[in-house]
Amino acid sequence: MKHKSVIFTGIAVGILGIALTIWGNPANMGFCIACFLRDIAGGLGMHRAAIVQYLRPEIIGLGLGAMIIALFTGEFKVRGGANPLRRLVLGFLMMVGALAFLGCPLRMILRLAGGDLNALIGLFGFIAGILVGIAALKSGYNPGRAVPQAKSTGFVYPVILLALLAAVLLRPDFIFFSESGPGSMTAPILAALAAGLLVGAFAQRSRLCMAGGIRDTFLIKDPHLLWGFVAIFVATLVGNLILNKFNLGFAGQPVAHTQHLWNFLGMAVVGIAAVLAGGCPLRQLILAGEGDTDAVVTVFGMVVGAAFAHNFGLAASPAGLGINGRVAVLASIVVLAIIGFGHRLGRNKQS
Amino acid sequence: MHKIDVTGLSCPLPVIQVKKEIDAGNLPLQVSVSVGAPRENVKRLAENSGLRVTEQPAGDGVFTLELTKA
Repeated sequence: MKHKSVIFTGIAVGILGIALTIWGNPANMGFCIACFLRDIAGGLGMHRAAIVQYLRPEIIGLGLGAMIIALFTGEFKVRGGANPLRRLVLGFLMMVGALAFLGCPLRMILRLAGGDLNALIGLFGFIAGILVGIAALKSGYNPGRAVPQAKSTGFVYPVILLALLAAVLLRPDFIFFSESGPGSMTAPILAALAAGLLVGAFAQRSRLCMAGGIRDTFLIKDPHLLWGFVAIFVATLVGNLILNKFNLGFAGQPVAHTQHLWNFLGMAVVGIAAVLAGGCPLRQLILAGEGDTDAVVTVFGMVVGAAFAHNFGLAASPAGLGINGRVAVLASIVVLAIIGFGHRLGRNKQS
Repeated sequence: MHKIDVTGLSCPLPVIQVKKEIDAGNLPLQVSVSVGAPRENVKRLAENSGLRVTEQPAGDGVFTLELTKA
């Protein structure tokens, strides 16, 4: 069956995601690329939100797992230069949107499979955002063309990951570790690293992408990647039901809020940015590991976005999204509209 | 033989551009595509469109696909 690799990856994400929550990660947060990059920004002291500071080994594992498998299969190809500044901005905006919703698209599925109906609102927003992104593609949005780069450049990101791994193991005093809150809820380092390595390797092979499944289904009627999305949901749902962790409803969900408009718009921002950047936050981590330096820049954009979000009060909390965050989400939509459709303005002026 | 170079483009641009050529009837079509997801996606598109695909490595992470009517 031609979908087996992406379905297998989805099931692995679901099972390992649940295992990570049993081993210590916050509820419905076995994996969350946005949350974990935000925690890393905090661990490095780039923001001082004391409850979300930890150098998440899952992120390290995802990148290194993708790199190792890509090296073995000959797919480690160092390339970049497809408008990296724009990719930085897209990563930044992706994070602003994700922190308004409180999760990346991957966590959105895990939340949904835990019974969190706010994630259903988020899913509607995500789909709406992807449709806007598709409209931008159809209108002629040009993401730019990557060219081959020096092989050594491709190892910059893995070396950064190894430095982070050393820091989380050695705990030097300039690295921050949350003592309470989500950042203090952590699976053992080696378990988190191993889960990341496995999912990184599987996701590299299967090209799993949360945005890609919905995008391709609408754009070219190809639901291939959507099978991965569905597999994560089903595996996690079954796991939650077996473990009696399924709790259907809007209110009182873990690390979530119930402001429907901002859940919708936050994920819409992520959806648009993910289509314009060529993949969801998880996919960016995998591409970064296999030598795509534009994806590395996108990941840096997400980390910087997380730092800004917490320094300037743009991130939501379980109480909801504050005024700063609301302005940031609306501004993000404006910026994304300019990035996605700006070429049309230029065309009209010339004609 | 029609030719198109979609190397270095991020998803889903390679598939969109190749689909445009297929829909316009520009066959047989020679596609230069990067290894990894783009290569697989273009192959899947061609196979789903009922085309025959042959491929050759062109070096430096690039493959040359030839799409012809089956």
